[in-house]
Amino acid sequence: MTGTGNIVAALPFPTAAKPKLADSQLRDNLRRATHTIRDKRLRTVAELPEWERLRLAGAAIKDDVLARLPELLVEFEAAATAAGATVHWARDAAEACGIAVDLALSTGTREVVKIKSMATQEIGLNEALEAVGITPIETDLAELIVQLAGDTPSHILVPAIHYNRHQIRELFARRMPGVDLDALTDDPAALAEAARRHLRARFFSARVAISGANFAIAETGTLVVVESEGNGRMCLTLPETLISVVGVEKILPTVRDLDVFLQLLPRSSTGERMNPYTSAWTGVTPGDGPQQVHVILVDNGRSDVLADPVGRQALRCIRCSACLNVCPVYERVGGHAYGSVYPGPIGAILSPQLSGAGANATLPFASTLCGACFEACPVRIDIPEVLVHLRQEIVAAAGATPERAAMRAAAWVLRDRRRYSAALRAARRFAAPLRLVGRPDAVRHLPWPLTRWSASRDTPLPARETFREWWSRERA
Amino acid sequence: MRIALFITCVNDLVFPGTGRAVVRILERLGHTVDFPPEQTCCGQAHANSGYRAEAMPLVRRFVDTFAGYDAIVTPSGSCTAMVREAYPRLAAGDHGLAAQVAAVAPRVFELSELLVDVLGVTDVGAHFPHRVTYHPTCHGLRMLHLGDKPERLLRAVGGIELTELPGADECCGFGGTFALKNAGVSAAMLADKCDAACGTGADFLAAADNSCLAHIGGGLSRRDGPRAIHYAEILAATKEDS
Ligand code: SF4
Repeated sequence: MTGTGNIVAALPFPTAAKPKLADSQLRDNLRRATHTIRDKRLRTVAELPEWERLRLAGAAIKDDVLARLPELLVEFEAAATAAGATVHWARDAAEACGIAVDLALSTGTREVVKIKSMATQEIGLNEALEAVGITPIETDLAELIVQLAGDTPSHILVPAIHYNRHQIRELFARRMPGVDLDALTDDPAALAEAARRHLRARFFSARVAISGANFAIAETGTLVVVESEGNGRMCLTLPETLISVVGVEKILPTVRDLDVFLQLLPRSSTGERMNPYTSAWTGVTPGDGPQQVHVILVDNGRSDVLADPVGRQALRCIRCSACLNVCPVYERVGGHAYGSVYPGPIGAILSPQLSGAGANATLPFASTLCGACFEACPVRIDIPEVLVHLRQEIVAAAGATPERAAMRAAAWVLRDRRRYSAALRAARRFAAPLRLVGRPDAVRHLPWPLTRWSASRDTPLPARETFREWWSRERA
Repeated sequence: MRIALFITCVNDLVFPGTGRAVVRILERLGHTVDFPPEQTCCGQAHANSGYRAEAMPLVRRFVDTFAGYDAIVTPSGSCTAMVREAYPRLAAGDHGLAAQVAAVAPRVFELSELLVDVLGVTDVGAHFPHRVTYHPTCHGLRMLHLGDKPERLLRAVGGIELTELPGADECCGFGGTFALKNAGVSAAMLADKCDAACGTGADFLAAADNSCLAHIGGGLSRRDGPRAIHYAEILAATKEDS
C-alpha cells in the first residue's frame, strides 16, 4: 500500500530549490550549522577504532530485522500487550492519524504535549489534531521554534537549522505568550530558559502525550526514545495517557542490540559520545508514569520499500541526519527544497519509495552522487546506489522523452568504433568556428538548453586532433 | 606486463593531451603502452542517469576490448570507479557477462594506482616549477579510496610547490547531468570551489578527472584564478618543457 501524508513534495526539486539558492542568509545559517555538527561528528567518530565494525554490525542487525519483519512485529505486539500496552496497526497516514486522534479525543483533552517525532510529521498528526480542536504542543526546542513560526521543519534532527539565534530571538519576542522581553537576549542560554518557562506550565497540565520512538524492542515490547533536552522524558512520564507512533522498521530484535545503536546514533547525529537522555518504557507500570499506553505501528509504504531488494536498505535508517550534514546539495538549499518531511540524501531515496512510483520523481536526481552520505551513514546505506536504482525506475516509467532519445542516440554511436570515430571527427569540425577569442580552446555561450551549463562556466571545445588520431599518426 | 590505455570518450575528444601525457609517463618508465582501437566509452553517463539498458552494450564492449591485458590504465577516477564498482552490479543478472567483468574490472587502474600500487613508483622524473593545488574528486576519494597517492606523485615532482585546497574533499558540483538538471545548485557549489581555489594563490588546480576539471576550469576561466590541469600532464612535464 502506497504511503500518504507529508512525504510527497508539492514542487519539483529544482523549482523549490531556486528561491533557497537566492537566500544568502539561509545559506550562511546552513553552512555554519552543518559544518559545526559535521566536524564534531568526525572528531567523536575518530575516537572509536572499532567504528567501521560498529557500522557493519548496525547494518547487519537492521538487515536481519528487515528479513523477518512480520515475525518480529508480532513478537513485539505480544510482549507489549502482555506488559499492559495497547498495540494498533495503521496501513497509511490517514489510518494512523485516525487512531491517534480518536485516542486523544476519548480522553476529553484539548491539548497534547509532543516529543519531536519524524513519524508524526510524516503522517501529518498535528494538522489532524488541530482539525478536531486539539492543540498539539511541541516540546523539543527546535520543533517549538518551527511551530511558533508557523513553519515546517527543514532538518531531521535540528528542524529549525535554517534560523540563526537572532532570528529565533525575534520570533520568541513576537510569538511566545508571556515571554519576559527584558531577559530575552539572543544568547542560546537565554532562549532556552524562555522556552523552558513557556513549556513548564504545559508539562504539568497535560494529560496526554504523543511520542515517536527511536527503537522498538521485539523481545520485550519496550520502546526507546533518545534525546538531548529532557523534555521528551517529561512527556513520557507526567501525563496519564501516552500515544506512541512508530514506523514498523524501528524494530530491534533484542535489548542487547541497543548496545550497537546507542553508540552509532549519538555520535552520528549530534557528534556526542552519549546523548544526555535515553528513556525506555515497557507497557504500563501501575502507580508510576502513564497508565494508558498506546503504540501505533505504521506501515505507510514501508512494505512496498521492503519488497525492493536494492531500495529496502533505506529502511535501515535510524534518522541520525549525518547524511544531511555532509551533503553539499542540502547545504546549499536546506530541507524545504526537498518538499517531503525527509530531506537531504535519505529523503531523496526514502520519500520516492514510500510514496510510490511517480511521486517525487525529481528527488533522486538532486544529487551529484559524490558519496559523502554513504561514507557518513552509520548503518552503511549505499545512498548513491539507491539513487541510481530509483533513477532507472523513473526513466523507465517516463517512456519516450527527448532525453531518452538523446541517450539512445549516444549509445548507438558509442557502440560502434567507426560510428564513434566519425562522431568525434564531426564534433571537432563543428567546434572549429566556435572558438573563443583569447581562449581558442573554449567557448563562452552555448545555445539552449545548454545555457544552463554556460551560464556559469566556459566550455572546453573538442581538441584539434583527437587522441586516436594522434595515436594512429604517431604509433600505429 | 601488458598495459592498455583506456582513454575515455571525454579525453579522446576534448583532452587528448592527458592521454598523451599518460603514454609519455609510462614510456619514460620503460613500459610499452597499447591502445586498443575498439574502445569507446564506459557508459557512465548512461548508467548514472538511469539508462541501464543503453549502458549495457558499452559494458560488453569494454570487457571484450580489454580482456587480454594485465593492467588497464585510465586517467579518470570516475570511469575507473564505473568499471570497478558499477559494472559488477550492472552485470549481476547475466552469468557470462558477470564472469567477464570479474576478470577484467579488478585490473582497471586509475593512473596513480597503477604507478604507486602496481609499478611501485612515486618519482616519475617530472619537473614542473609552478604552484599547484590539488582537488581530490569524489569518485577518486570515496569510491576508489585513492587517498594521497596523486599528491605523493606530485610531491616528488621537481620544482613544484603544492599548496592545500581548503574544503578539498567537498564535491565541485559537476555530477554529470546534475549540472544541467540542477544547474542552480551546481553553480553554487562551483562558486564555492572556485573561491577556495582562488584563495590558494596557486597557478594550477590539478585533479584526476577531466570531467570535473572541465566544470571547475570552466568556472575558473571567468575569474583570475588558477588554471585547471589534469595531474597526468604535470607528471609528464620535464625540465626540457619548462
Ligand atoms: S540515511 Fe544513514 S546517515 Fe542518513 S539519517 Fe539515515 S542513518 Fe543517518
